[in-house]
Amino acid sequence: MSAKQASKQALTGTGAAGTGPLLEGRTWRYGDNVDTDVIIPARYLNSIDPAELGRHCLEDLDPGFAAAVRPGDIIVAGRNFGCGSSREHAPLAIKAAGVGVVIAASFARIFFRNAVNIGLPIVESPEAAAAIHGGRRVSVDLTGGLIRDLGSAETWTVRPLPPFVLRIVQSGGLINLIKERHTDRA
Amino acid sequence: MPGKPSGLTLTERILSRAAGREVRAGELIEVPVDLILANDITGPVAFKEFGRLGGVPVADPDRVVLVADHFVPNKDIASAELAKSLREFAAAHGIDKCYDPGRGGIEHALLPEAGLVGPGQVIIGGDSHTCTYGALGAFATGVGSTDVAAAMATGLAWFKVPETLRVTLTGQTGPWVGAKDLALAVLARLGVERANYMAVEYDGESIAALSVEGRLTLCNLGIEMGAKNAIVAPDAKTVEYVAERARVNGRGAGATGVGTGAGAPTTGGLRADGLRADGLRADPDAVYAGSVAIDASTIEPMVALPHLPSNGRAAAKAGDVPIDQVVIGSCTNGRLEDLREAARVLRGRRVHPRVRCLIIPATQEVYLRAAREGLLEAFVEAGAAVSAPTCGPCLGGHMGVLASGERCVATTNRNFVGRMGHPSSEVYLAGPAVAAASAVAGRVADPREVVA
Ligand code: SF4
Repeated sequence: MSAKQASKQALTGTGAAGTGPLLEGRTWRYGDNVDTDVIIPARYLNSIDPAELGRHCLEDLDPGFAAAVRPGDIIVAGRNFGCGSSREHAPLAIKAAGVGVVIAASFARIFFRNAVNIGLPIVESPEAAAAIHGGRRVSVDLTGGLIRDLGSAETWTVRPLPPFVLRIVQSGGLINLIKERHTDRA
Repeated sequence: MPGKPSGLTLTERILSRAAGREVRAGELIEVPVDLILANDITGPVAFKEFGRLGGVPVADPDRVVLVADHFVPNKDIASAELAKSLREFAAAHGIDKCYDPGRGGIEHALLPEAGLVGPGQVIIGGDSHTCTYGALGAFATGVGSTDVAAAMATGLAWFKVPETLRVTLTGQTGPWVGAKDLALAVLARLGVERANYMAVEYDGESIAALSVEGRLTLCNLGIEMGAKNAIVAPDAKTVEYVAERARVNGRGAGATGVGTGAGAPTTGGLRADGLRADGLRADPDAVYAGSVAIDASTIEPMVALPHLPSNGRAAAKAGDVPIDQVVIGSCTNGRLEDLREAARVLRGRRVHPRVRCLIIPATQEVYLRAAREGLLEAFVEAGAAVSAPTCGPCLGGHMGVLASGERCVATTNRNFVGRMGHPSSEVYLAGPAVAAASAVAGRVADPREVVA
């Protein structure tokens, strides 16, 4: 199954807790305060094409990332991931680069909201973010709320999303949720 | 038996009005919004998402404001297309508040000036510095493009009612210490994520003493602490400012709708006599997530070193930092008071030969008034370049992009890696007085070193 399919299934998955499809990939590790200016520098914001944004993802922090990242890979970062501007281009660039899920100790507010709204899986776990090294294979079970380091076999449980936010994620983003509501009313 | 419920913070009060019932921190609510903002970067992505809804109309075109400010005057063909899509979307959906160069300016300076912002409103903007409008007693918060698209379609936005961090500033500020210095000092004390997901409610005598323009600067940097919104309770200065703006912009009787919250009709403008500032304050027994008190009399003219806005220290203690460029402008410090402050330093002096000093009034009105007051003349005579209103260099867009290794003192709000250009360039954040003094000195300088 491609990473894209896996991610889609995980978002909309109906599996019982702990049995949802897994996102699995190799990790890229970064520090605290990874801001939206390094995720996608403003010089590329004259484009709204996700593929073009993806090609420059994290360019000012890790120039080799965009060329080397493989579909389904996982970003592991410290505190306040995505701080800075409200540019939705940031989660779009990460998603388009092929990243399957971002694990961070904490997320900046607008980034969190944007990731939910566009359907980029994100998981907050200070413990996992502290423990997981770069280059490890890690699996994330979004429905079951479990992160597993496949090398060390360590696992971490993840706090579930609030129900309303989960509904947006399960609809595949905010626009889809509005469409669903619209259809319900019609 | 539960006791009497405790009081509400200012943010809880505004959101309660909007929700039509009492709401408290932690609750998820969906409320009508009074104003929806997007710009030439976030607008086009929002239009694309809006299009996915399949031909629905904009719920209330009067509540939508579109501002082309980031890459204008258009810096290249790609950005020209973005600005064009703003005009096309506005025309297609009957949005008449669509601002282009020559009539507008930087969004967060423009909207208050245009009389579109007032106490009690609920405002979302596809721009993180939307938190600026809290200076006028509004609940205003930055969101992404998908949120903008959703709100344009439904007139609603969802929020988690934030906890509030209360920041009290007391004491009289010293010479050359302005709102930006206060903001950088607060950031240095609290850090870049202390207020993550929270409302920051400012109060205290130093806040009361600030002009409305100063409060706009202060609240502008709320997001740099991670805050959902920053807010100052409206007072006589707020009411006077909003009334004046309504008058200047020709919105007298007949126009409706400040802080209508619950979705009363609005022309998207404020009525001089329609203020709902009364009662817009926190209860004495409001519950705060934390309270911080800072003695503002000890704050000196500040500079925030690369690469975090929280790296603030006294400019006089920054050491010998030679610089290549100074930018005075942006939604943080591009208002008339800021330019007056810069002129106090630059008038009769010369910009250091090594330094390019760029001064960018934030709006057309600021530009015109600065011209009439002779400020622009003083800048040009000092050897500064004066440009038309634009975000331009603030985000490394154009008109002042930094080369590798270059250093810039800027009155903007972010000094992240690569923010203003090459990843090895550096941005030092400061207020207009420190920036102007640094332009003259050719290095980071305290105004008192330059102005005897
Ligand atoms: S001036 Fe800078 S911070 Fe303000 S809206 Fe423009 S780019 Fe953003």
